[in-house]
Amino acid sequence: MIEALRKKAEELLKNKTVDVVYGYGEGSVPERTRPVFITKPEDVNKLTWNKYCVYNLTTYLKKQESRKLGKPAIVVKGCDAKTITVLIKESQIKREDIYIIGVTCTGIGDPPATKCKACDVNTPLIYDELIGEKIGNKEFSFEERYAELDEYEKLSEQEKWDFWQKQFEKCIKCYACSSICPLCFCDRCIVDKNQPQWIDPSAHPRGNLSWNVTRAYHLAGRCINCEECQRVCPADIPLNLLNKKLAKETEKNFKYRSGYNVDDELAMATYKEDDNQDFIK
Amino acid sequence: MAEETKFEPRIVAFLCNWCTYAGADLAGTGRNQYQANVRVIKLPCTGGIDPLFLIKAFERGADGILVSGCHPGDCHYNSGNYHARRRWNVFRPLLEFCGINPERIQFSWVSAAEGGKWVETINGVVDTVRALGPFEGYQKINAVGSDASGEAATSGDTG
Repeated sequence: MIEALRKKAEELLKNKTVDVVYGYGEGSVPERTRPVFITKPEDVNKLTWNKYCVYNLTTYLKKQESRKLGKPAIVVKGCDAKTITVLIKESQIKREDIYIIGVTCTGIGDPPATKCKACDVNTPLIYDELIGEKIGNKEFSFEERYAELDEYEKLSEQEKWDFWQKQFEKCIKCYACSSICPLCFCDRCIVDKNQPQWIDPSAHPRGNLSWNVTRAYHLAGRCINCEECQRVCPADIPLNLLNKKLAKETEKNFKYRSGYNVDDELAMATYKEDDNQDFIK
Repeated sequence: MAEETKFEPRIVAFLCNWCTYAGADLAGTGRNQYQANVRVIKLPCTGGIDPLFLIKAFERGADGILVSGCHPGDCHYNSGNYHARRRWNVFRPLLEFCGINPERIQFSWVSAAEGGKWVETINGVVDTVRALGPFEGYQKINAVGSDASGEAATSGDTG
């Protein structure tokens, strides 16, 4: 698989189909990988693929530094590929401006990441070239997809409040969650605005609640569950639970799953006249 | 004396300019009394209400919130309330998931002709929140580190 990947990258660079390949490279220890940006055909041996390739490289599509390198080919797993679908829908990139090298994946991380438990995109849904043997994508029921939420949803109101306060209390407002998020692409985030100051910039419980709720809410109907926010959080806040809760509500109310179909209307950019309103008096 | 210590909830109502605000105005013109716990904030359209406004109201000490606008199909800007409804459909469960009682944040459609419905709705919100009591959880996190907080000295500040 690695050989096929390197060969494809070399070919793309030689033919000048792309200017740069975003991929995974070896890290400082065998259990780690790091993002690499290959611009010369002779460097393709730096590319690798293994179960430690956890990063969602599509986040570099929003970074000025990497965009400056020219037209990219990007190595994506099934989950990461969903991001590209959303980015296309949200007019952040054009399909023809990137070359997608999809890799089939049977789960990453050690122990395996939570997102891999109910993975239904072992083979990416969108790609120009597929590396690895095609795997039939599984199907999961609505309940199976959001099973992780059950134990939190059945808590009492007070228990939920206490649980999340304990989590948010740890937040140091480093904004790593939004920096890593491939879909948090505003040039100027709400937290960077100080007139008016909507979100308290200090790591105070008041601002921490506002920030974490707002961050999650801005991803409502958009998050594709790559879990990168949760992985990079230095305070170990289970941020993806919030994202997942929103994904569940979006699917329940609007029958929409982010990143699965490039023809679907974006859930939060459209409406239906018969949307649920049983909570509105 | 007992009356002085009775809890009176602070309610913030975010109303759209075209329907509910006019409805509330009608209630006033018609001399229909309603409970004075509500602070009304007028906005052009429910579609322009960022959920951050609602969080901010809680931050600033609201015990309950009402968001109200035009009935579906009646939006002055055609679709503002439809978009707003989508957002509420996900925002409300998110707050609930974080442990905020959904009764503290309510939604309604009140038209410019429904002065009576406005009185009924806002009285309902005030009564519900009064029964729930002050939003202690939020007030507690608001007060962390301030002089008003008893925990200030023990909150682990080294500075």
